[in-house]
Amino acid sequence: MKKNGFVSRLFLVIMFLFLYAPIFVLIVFSFNDSKSNAVWGGFTLDWYLELFQNRTVLDALQTTLLVSILATVIATIAGTAAALGFSSMRRRARTACLTVNNIPLTNADIITGVSMMLLFVFAGQVLADLSAWLNELSVVESANLWFDFEFKLGFVTLLIAHITFDIPYVILSVLPKIRQLDPNLAEAALDLGATPMTAFRKVVLPELMPGIINGALIAFTMSIDDFVISYFTAGSQVSTLSMVVYSMVRRRVSPEINALSTLMFVAVLALLIIINLRQARQEAARARDRRIAGRS
Amino acid sequence: MRSKGIAIPYVVWMAIFVVVPLILVVVYAFTNRSGGFTLENFASMSQYASVFGRSFLLAFVATVVCILLGYPMAYFLARERGRLRQMATMLIMLPMWMNFLLRTYSWVFLLERNGFFNTLLETIGLPKLDIIDTQGAVVLGMVYNFLPFMVLPIFSVIEKMDHRLIEAAQDLGANSAEVFRRVIFPLSLPGVLSGVTMVFIPSVSTFVISRLLGGGKSLLLGDLIEMQFLGSAYNPHLGSAISLVMMVIVLVSMGIMNRFGEGEGEAVVL
Repeated sequence: MKKNGFVSRLFLVIMFLFLYAPIFVLIVFSFNDSKSNAVWGGFTLDWYLELFQNRTVLDALQTTLLVSILATVIATIAGTAAALGFSSMRRRARTACLTVNNIPLTNADIITGVSMMLLFVFAGQVLADLSAWLNELSVVESANLWFDFEFKLGFVTLLIAHITFDIPYVILSVLPKIRQLDPNLAEAALDLGATPMTAFRKVVLPELMPGIINGALIAFTMSIDDFVISYFTAGSQVSTLSMVVYSMVRRRVSPEINALSTLMFVAVLALLIIINLRQARQEAARARDRRIAGRS
Repeated sequence: MRSKGIAIPYVVWMAIFVVVPLILVVVYAFTNRSGGFTLENFASMSQYASVFGRSFLLAFVATVVCILLGYPMAYFLARERGRLRQMATMLIMLPMWMNFLLRTYSWVFLLERNGFFNTLLETIGLPKLDIIDTQGAVVLGMVYNFLPFMVLPIFSVIEKMDHRLIEAAQDLGANSAEVFRRVIFPLSLPGVLSGVTMVFIPSVSTFVISRLLGGGKSLLLGDLIEMQFLGSAYNPHLGSAISLVMMVIVLVSMGIMNRFGEGEGEAVVL
């Protein structure tokens, strides 16, 4: 392929400007000494100070982080286990599982959200009917018991929804690694006297690790960025950051949110730079090892 | 190691939280409030034909714009040497870490009557444009939000392409336009197809973008569904019927597209 000329370079610059312009605006206005997001009123750090006083935003941040981390951990473990299970399934069962696995990936978010909301509301209805039915039984009445099963939209339903849409991403990134696995390695470990658990921990797991980490990263990104599914499954008691932003957008976005997004953006940027530097260093080390090995 | 037992929790979980909910959508779509079977939900949908039309049209336009902008972007990025190409995926994904609603909302400041864009136009002597609160702004919001989903699969397909094929074409006397038309483009089609799916589906079902950038004037399918479940017009039965019809139309059109795309085009996810 030819190298990029001036025009294609310019095109790339314009496209990246397009992708980053709104982010630039947010960052600039997080330092704006005016409540409005349209007029520049001088530099200030007030919004960063006020951010740490704003309970609504901080609570939402806590919910978001908690739900994303929990969902990522659970989905990563469950997804890896499922992917391992897939490989010993018969072909037809595996195809069926993969088809179901693809549903949350290809379905529109709003349909995933709405359908899960229907399930949760339905489950709440069933439980309420069940407790009413139990309370009418004479045995229960004579024993002076009172059943009051309840199931409402809230943190638990939010977490269930996040786990459900995270698992498919983990499976999709672990499966190729399982396919590349050399079955002889695990068998060699077993022959050398390792228990199946040790063989898995010391031989199989390290081979799968890149896929697992990649899956966990995608799952976390999806969780933290999700709005639509959370909106339908969280109910009115808990809010994630996106939901707080959504309720603000309809009235007025307070600049604290700009400050918070700037902080989050900087945190992610720093993390990515660290990862990149580490990779670059590892590559350099590997190249050096190869040179040394080549000489001897 | 050889135990399918460890997949059982997953199978149960997906059955309860993916399959059952979808069955519920179908059940709700065919019943009324008292629980009896009815087709009325579908019959009453004809009044929303314009919403269906508008949603599919805007999503189609957004998808076409995403191909026109995203393909060259992915192609040029894959042609870069060195650092920029290595960091391309990261640079494209990075904006996704900023809250999606906030990013969309900032376009209001960029595009409004006295916003940044119009000030720029004024300084270079051009007339101001009314972009915000139009359908054009909704399309822009869709393109902005979903462009990465078009660029990433195309980029990863072109990047992994066997360069010997390109060299062989050149050796056989093809000029660069021919190489592109007859080698690179056909080989990158799977990426385009998965990009189209990943842009079209969220575009057709969005309910936030139209509200933020379209000024609530042009109701889309997503808004309509949201209104039936959490909004003023509470009616989950009608909402389910609309969701079901939307899902079926999307599935059918994606199926047709993949048929034309030859060889099913393996899905490229990130």
